[in-house]
Amino acid sequence: MFRRLSHALVEKNLILMGVLTLITVSIGGLVQIIPLFAVETTIERVDGIRPYTPLELMGRDIYVREGCYTCHSQMIRPFRDELERYGHYSLAAESLYDHPFQWGSKRTGPDLARVGGRYSDDWHAAHLRSPREVVPESVMPPYAFLDRRLDYRDIADHLRGQRAVGVPYTDAMIANARADLEAQARPDEDPSGFQGRYARARQGAFDGNGRDITEMDAVVAYLQMLGTLVTFSDVTPDRVRQQ
Amino acid sequence: MPTKIEKDAVSGRDTTGHEWDGIKELNTPLPRWWLYTFYATIVFALVWVVLYPALPIRGATGLTGWTARGAIVGEMAERANQQAPMLDALRAATPQQILADANLRGFALAGGRMAFANNCAGCHGAGGQGAPGGFPSLADDDWVWGGKLEEIRHTIRHGIRNTEDEAARATMMPRFLADGLLKPAQVNDVAEHVLSLSGRAADQAAAARGAAVFAENCASCHGEAGRGNREMGAPDLGDQVWLYGGDKAAVVHSIAYSRAGVMPSWNTRLDPAVVNMLTVYVHALGGGEAE
Repeated sequence: MFRRLSHALVEKNLILMGVLTLITVSIGGLVQIIPLFAVETTIERVDGIRPYTPLELMGRDIYVREGCYTCHSQMIRPFRDELERYGHYSLAAESLYDHPFQWGSKRTGPDLARVGGRYSDDWHAAHLRSPREVVPESVMPPYAFLDRRLDYRDIADHLRGQRAVGVPYTDAMIANARADLEAQARPDEDPSGFQGRYARARQGAFDGNGRDITEMDAVVAYLQMLGTLVTFSDVTPDRVRQQ
Repeated sequence: MPTKIEKDAVSGRDTTGHEWDGIKELNTPLPRWWLYTFYATIVFALVWVVLYPALPIRGATGLTGWTARGAIVGEMAERANQQAPMLDALRAATPQQILADANLRGFALAGGRMAFANNCAGCHGAGGQGAPGGFPSLADDDWVWGGKLEEIRHTIRHGIRNTEDEAARATMMPRFLADGLLKPAQVNDVAEHVLSLSGRAADQAAAARGAAVFAENCASCHGEAGRGNREMGAPDLGDQVWLYGGDKAAVVHSIAYSRAGVMPSWNTRLDPAVVNMLTVYVHALGGGEAE
């Protein structure tokens, strides 16, 4: 009797149905929205996290453009098998300046969260150009076309855009974006400028050519810094605790 | 819209009272089992929220105190404890001692195989066979930096020409053409001479001219007879093993622009016990040399 009554009542009373709908939708919304007020408490307080250098940022854009995330995750979960294969589990702080983050949801290839420094620049370039040349069992498509010139005319605007969504690029970083990008990819240029702005950023002829700046330079520079910012030997369990 | 609730003759159920063009709708309640399962999930969720970290409140961990990060620390510690006797022994032993002890050797070869597959196979191949483009085979007896246990371990620990380890093997070949040390004709001659070392020179006259250039520029690292020098990481030029290809174009490129393969250092990434296991494993791949 009660069920029949309420059924009929809600269906016939527009205002009552409106109020009940509002309450139901609000609960669903609040459950999703309220945790975001506390999102900062989930970010660990570790040293070494810095914004991407301009070259790495361009590499990251190409990584997204080529859809690398459809086959590679960047998220080491706190499971024993993952720790033994990839290293320390990923921290929220390591994705702090990722817009959007590249955690991914599928691994056709290996996780890349800590691929930085595991291979040489030459290996990355050779592997991207022709994966089966160096890893015969690989199913990765070749990306030899990345050897084309990198278009970085609007790199300062890229940094400004990142700053607008919360990445702490300074005015000096934006003013020097172009010079920093070029200095990182050309080993015979003075690295002190960009290395002063971006701690522990490495200079190199990432694609094997120290003059021309290619998309390959950018992608390899990006891959070579992944997971290298936090020095875990200096990190105590207390600091990786989510506060 | 008429809203006359009536009993359906076929199913014996009430209708909702709605009717469109003579079509009426049965008011069928949800199955009981479904409804109670649904209520049970709500209760389950409430219990979960109390026991486990679920609320976005500072320090809220739930009554059990369980966290994923706490759990993995315990699990890794448990694994470390299980393997501790072997890993401690592997850390303390020299590679020679590991080889001499059948127990340690078996553990090191099994563990080294896994560590190799995870860390080394990308460049050196799943079986240590190497790859074209400067990734040397570890399964043969042709060594660039030495195939004795200690030499292998040093290479693994510190790597080659990387920027992260000061003890990395670091000698560099000059860029003879790019830096103007040799003229194009001299590069051609010395390339022919290098090919002649393995009996493949096409132009004997050029090879003869190249011998003098070789003695002056190359012999200090590669040796008078071009048989290489492991102290300098200078490969043997008289054999048929070529890191970057052995045809003339590749040899000319090597002389003109140099080659500088890079290997990361592993002593900051891997436990000393794992480095020792890898040392023994690589030594056993086929080319390991006795002391």
